Amino acid sequence: MIFDDPVAASRFLTIITLSFHIIYATIGVGVPLLIMIAQWIGIKRNDEHYLLMARRWSKGFIVPVAVGVVTGTAIGLQLSLLWPSFMELAGNVIALPLFMETFAFFFEAIFLGIYLYTWDRFDNPKKHFLLLIPVAIGGAMSAFFITIVNSFMNSPQGFDLVNGQIVNVNPLAAMFTPAMPTKVTHVIVTAYMTIAFLMAAIAAFRLLKGSNHVYHKKALYLTMKIGLIFSIATAIIGDFSGKYLAAYQPEKLAAAEWHFETEGAAPLLMWGLLDEDTQEVSYALKVPYALSILAHGDPMAEVIGLNEFPKEVQPPLIIHYYFDSMVSIGVFMMGLALLYWFGIRMGWAFVKSKWFRWIIVLGAPLSFLAIEFGWWMAEVGRYPWILRGLLTIQDAATTSEYVGIISILFILLYFVLGVGTVVVLRRMFKNNPIEKDITKYEGGGPS
Amino acid sequence: MMLELIGISVLWLFLFGYIIVGSIDYGAGFFNAYSIITGKEHILSKIIQRYLSPVWEVTNVFFVFFFVGIVGFFPQTAYYFGTVFLVPGSIALILLGVRGAYYAFETYGSRGHKGYAFMYGLSGLLFPASLSIVLTISEGGFVYIEEGNPKLDYQALFASPLTWAIVVLSIIAVLYISAVFLTWYANKTGDQTATALFRKYALIWAIPLILTASGIVYELSSHNPPHYERIFNLWWMFAISLILWIVTVWLIWHKKRYDVAVWLMIFQFAFAFFGYGAAHYPYLLYPYLTINEGFTNQAMAISLIVAFILGLSLLLPSLYLIFKLFLFNEDYVRGRKEKE
Ligand code: HDD
Ligand code: HEM
Ligand code: HEM
Repeated sequence: MIFDDPVAASRFLTIITLSFHIIYATIGVGVPLLIMIAQWIGIKRNDEHYLLMARRWSKGFIVPVAVGVVTGTAIGLQLSLLWPSFMELAGNVIALPLFMETFAFFFEAIFLGIYLYTWDRFDNPKKHFLLLIPVAIGGAMSAFFITIVNSFMNSPQGFDLVNGQIVNVNPLAAMFTPAMPTKVTHVIVTAYMTIAFLMAAIAAFRLLKGSNHVYHKKALYLTMKIGLIFSIATAIIGDFSGKYLAAYQPEKLAAAEWHFETEGAAPLLMWGLLDEDTQEVSYALKVPYALSILAHGDPMAEVIGLNEFPKEVQPPLIIHYYFDSMVSIGVFMMGLALLYWFGIRMGWAFVKSKWFRWIIVLGAPLSFLAIEFGWWMAEVGRYPWILRGLLTIQDAATTSEYVGIISILFILLYFVLGVGTVVVLRRMFKNNPIEKDITKYEGGGPS
Repeated sequence: MMLELIGISVLWLFLFGYIIVGSIDYGAGFFNAYSIITGKEHILSKIIQRYLSPVWEVTNVFFVFFFVGIVGFFPQTAYYFGTVFLVPGSIALILLGVRGAYYAFETYGSRGHKGYAFMYGLSGLLFPASLSIVLTISEGGFVYIEEGNPKLDYQALFASPLTWAIVVLSIIAVLYISAVFLTWYANKTGDQTATALFRKYALIWAIPLILTASGIVYELSSHNPPHYERIFNLWWMFAISLILWIVTVWLIWHKKRYDVAVWLMIFQFAFAFFGYGAAHYPYLLYPYLTINEGFTNQAMAISLIVAFILGLSLLLPSLYLIFKLFLFNEDYVRGRKEKE
């Protein structure tokens, strides 16, 4: 059993906690921006519907935030509990962004508290809108700082290791690593993209369920447009992430692409099946030159193959599927949003059909899956390192034998939190359909 | 030398802030559950809604700040405490999860389930209790090194009267702090029934508080004599704390100036808490880890302190704003303005 081995159990619990937290964290980063956009349009155009959108979204926002706080606190403390040696080292070099992150939390929490409880306390709605800006910035800063830590794990720098002692620490150099620019932007942009598609899915779902209110149509059009913009940004920055990998973590890229021999004009293999002994890939979709382009922006460029690396430091080959799932979902969502936007402009009827709306609904879980796949690829692809090239997972884990039991307790907790979120949110909006809210605030003026 | 003192003082100060705001929150949850179960009904639910809901997330950040900060300033704590604190720490996290679920599902969703209120109240008492174990561990005697790894001796830990004295003190302190604060707050909202109730709670818990606190000092005399001696050398801090306690209780007894009582109570805990901390100095974990050996490198220390000052200059005005809007705003406190 994996539970008997502290290392395996620690990895297991870390995966579970992070994969769960990232759902709520994404919501925490993305939703404030969407509320901001809706409220801004509402104030500008003096359109009650957009203001209501902001109001309803922020009401629903509270529940995932609360769960995000709990899971975030859990992972924060767990990092020290499960990976004491890593945190000891990390504390010496990369504590600064972690520390600054807590101020981002403070900032977000304070202004969110004020924003949520002051909807009707300001005479000037713009003042209330202003309160959102620190919330959105705070959420983005949380992602910014924590992703900086993760970048450091992928390309550690800013210190020297002399006889196992850490010397010449430069906290700023440790923050601004080669992995940092692409990682931070990719994470933040994908959060915005995912939340836009989440809101689009909710609107499409309401329309499917019989409400024909123009409110939902406005919401759908707005969020699909935002989703389109951010999915394009995602793909562009994703491409830069590939170039980063080629330069600094070639083994991760090679494992993700099942690219074994170093060669020029390398093709990109999508999906397929691998025979590990012969390193033959069958049934794959082969895109000529694409890997060379992804890695170096030049169809002829040479891409380092996995066989150049000793067996012990080769990442698991499963990350190929994680990578392909992420990219496929990204391309699919971009196409979907483009089609919808074009269809609405051109007056094509099918974008308003039932089946098309069902696909939009599906887009939300898919986008969240893409986030999970992306992280799994990034983290599992770092194997066997926790700090690439310096500290292995094996050496970093706790030696306590109780991780297994503890894991079961946490799984129970996350199960309750996950199910509870869905149940409570459903009940909240079922009891308050948009028609009821519109009557409630009718004539009451904006916010 | 200076830098580690700054570091530990900042952390101790935030921990103290957390203990005060956290206790108010946890105690309120308990009183709420208690009043629902004994049929006194929702005297408290309203206060929890009005005051605690907007600020509980902020309260939690104080906690996060502490454990992130201590790993930053004293990275070796991650190694020593991380390994031995796995079980109590995880239990604390689960309890925190239960409380978070209440805020997420009960306060914001629909209301009125007794079981939830009960879980919420209970987890709020057990959470500080499980965290307080870390104080016991830091006194030394429960951690040994095996094959180069720190291990916790659970048997010795749970058999020690010191452990239980600290656990009991943490629970009583939560109830006392909370009751004193809520007496003032209820009085401010003009709710006489609630005021009388909390006043009674505050008086009930005042005596056990001092008894257990003295019990711990007595326990230390045999468990950790050097620490005990240092506490003795700082006797004046504890004496001031005691006097503040007497005046607080006197004020509450005579139904006078509840606002002053709250401040005196805060200072009472401040003196005891900082006296205890100063006596603990320089050890983080007896006898393995001191703040001098465990301190981070110069460059990191300076950048953390700079970040702290910058962060604080953003934080203080924001904190002022939220407290002004929710805690000290007459209209809001009395519930005159409707909220969403
Ligand atoms: C909605 C989610 C989503 C979507 C549609 C995409 N990604 Fe992504 N990707 C992420 C969500 C994500 C992520 C969760 O944000 C990751 C995980 C770690 C990280 O830094 O970002 C990530 C990592 C990540 C990495 C690894 C970086 C590293 O390990 O350092 C690469 C190379 C790409 N992405 C490339 C792409 C490409 C070429 C895409 C084409 C459209 C793409 N991603 C779509
Ligand atoms: C600063 C941010 C992060 C830190 C410090 C961090 C830390 C760690 C650590 C210590 C491990 C254990 C080593 C290992 O098993 O590879 C790990 C693994 C993992 N993390 Fe991250 N992580 C971060 C961000 C994330 C996020 C946001 C996710 C989102 C889902 C994630 C997903 C995973 C997964 C899936 C694993 C398991 C990898 C495996 O099985 O080897 N990580 N991370
Ligand atoms: C190892 C990785 C991580 C750790 C240790 C961590 C830690 C935390 C903690 C302690 C909290 C609670 C703060 C509070 O009390 O208010 C939190 C919340 C949050 N985290 Fe994470 N986090 C991690 C990964 C991430 C990632 C990758 C993102 C962004 C993509 C993120 C974004 C957020 C946001 C926005 C919140 C605010 C709560 C919300 O709005 O839902 N976190 N995190």
